[in-house]
Amino acid sequence: MSELLAWLILLPLAWAAVAFLIGPASGGPIAIVALAVQLGMSIRVGIAVQTSGPQLHAVGGWGAPLGIDLFADGLAVAMILMIQVVALPVAVYARSYFDASAREARYFWPLTGFLVAGLNALVLSTDLFNLYVALELIGLSAVGLVAAGGAAAQVNAALRYLIATLVASGAYLFGVALLYGVYGTVSTATLALLVSKDAPGIAWVAGGLLTVGLMVKTALFPFHFWLPPAHGKAPAPVSALLSALVVKASFYLLLRLWIGPLRGLEPGLALASLPALLGGAAILWGSYQAIRAEGLKRLVAYSTVAQLGYLFLIFPLLGRPGAIQAAVMQAVAHALAKAGMFLAAGVLTKATGQDSVAGLSGAAQRLPVSIFAFGLAGMSLMGLPPSSGFLAKWLLISVSLANGYWIIAAMTLIGGLLAAVYVFRVLRQAFVATTEQVVLHPVSAASEWAALGLAAASVVLGLRGVELMRLLEV
Amino acid sequence: MNSGLVFAMAGTLLFALGTAGVLLVRALFRRILAFNVMGSGAFLVLVGLAQRTGPPDPVTQAMVLTGIVVAVAATALALALVRRLHALTGRLEIQQRNDE
Repeated sequence: MSELLAWLILLPLAWAAVAFLIGPASGGPIAIVALAVQLGMSIRVGIAVQTSGPQLHAVGGWGAPLGIDLFADGLAVAMILMIQVVALPVAVYARSYFDASAREARYFWPLTGFLVAGLNALVLSTDLFNLYVALELIGLSAVGLVAAGGAAAQVNAALRYLIATLVASGAYLFGVALLYGVYGTVSTATLALLVSKDAPGIAWVAGGLLTVGLMVKTALFPFHFWLPPAHGKAPAPVSALLSALVVKASFYLLLRLWIGPLRGLEPGLALASLPALLGGAAILWGSYQAIRAEGLKRLVAYSTVAQLGYLFLIFPLLGRPGAIQAAVMQAVAHALAKAGMFLAAGVLTKATGQDSVAGLSGAAQRLPVSIFAFGLAGMSLMGLPPSSGFLAKWLLISVSLANGYWIIAAMTLIGGLLAAVYVFRVLRQAFVATTEQVVLHPVSAASEWAALGLAAASVVLGLRGVELMRLLEV
Repeated sequence: MNSGLVFAMAGTLLFALGTAGVLLVRALFRRILAFNVMGSGAFLVLVGLAQRTGPPDPVTQAMVLTGIVVAVAATALALALVRRLHALTGRLEIQQRNDE
């Protein structure tokens, strides 16, 4: 059973290599079949964790400290499921989105495979150095995906992203080096036992470097500067993967570090409030930029900056009951909604032939499925019931009020209102009746329905949130 | 002070220099070089700090080998992107306001 954990990393690596060898035309079907298999495996791992507790797998029979251990508990399984659930519809969408001759199509499938392998490896790894390798695998393939189109704006955005992600990994690696120097281990489980309140100052420096590095990778305000160009310029399926999954991976690691190895440092309230403060600023700044953005994909990209802010609001509450649940619910809700929204935006820009909010007039009559998908995803971002976004914000508000942090609750509500402004900006424009004859480029039904599927999933999860909550208790 | 600690301190200095270079310099080739200096600094700390008391630690040596492979891959990707940027625009710097 536990060898499925290794297969979740090995299988995407294998199909990525095959997709690279056989060329773009046949890479798609292999990727879709393999991703469906991976989804099946994730569900089996989820059932195993649910029934018989956390799963541990020593790769090749060599356990830590010599070999590599893979570990899945409820939190890890929730992320694994999120990755596969998002990646499969995105792959279906990408197959009809890219022309077989397009430059992007040549590299999309292999790079996506490497990206998914990196994401799965990051979620399942148990030592800080292995996590570093996974971070780099994710970063390099994500940069490759942004640049794959080869246009000047894309290459420029990719280089900006690359520099940011390399500096961030450098800081992370330096932090790992310091921790190893002090404690002589990189195992997160062992470190959790060793790091204590009276740790030497160097452990604090290490913790700070790990945290800042991961904040840059998660694009927390004010380190978000690389995100809007990278996510806005990339082709829609790439933007969906990056906004939904890649930024969540570094957040997951940050969460794991502060509930695991670094918990022993016991940061005071002032220090723990700092990420929440930046998160609040991210909500305000990201929403403001989304409200005034002219480009549709740029609007959606800035909305990601704002939504990532919510994730950091829980840091002062870590350790209180319900805090992890609220963060994971927000991460999963945003992943589904944002992937759906980017895919819908991709259909809209492809059909209208341009990427501006103003050019959407009349889209509601011509492309009802995509506008409906955009609206459903927007519902989740705003936090309207019964969507999963509502559940996430409700959990966040109740855990913050229960502990007397009314400001976090207020911030959550303000963020929801601001999200409504930019979502309705798009919807209003789409419902404007236009007298002139707009010529729409044909779009495939599969891509429209893939977007709708993801957006609908983000709403339906709000009705079945209890299962996810139960999984997190394992 | 033993040699391990000297390595670690030199590594810290290199890391700081490299980080400053990546963040402050505009020319892309220099930034890529600075990134490599930064990485070397982290590797020196990893090896040096671990062997400050006693014999060399094989675990860190294996980690640094892996790290070097990652750094080479990252450098190659960066160079390929810079070449492409230069071919398309003639520039060797990142345009800060490429957001329309």
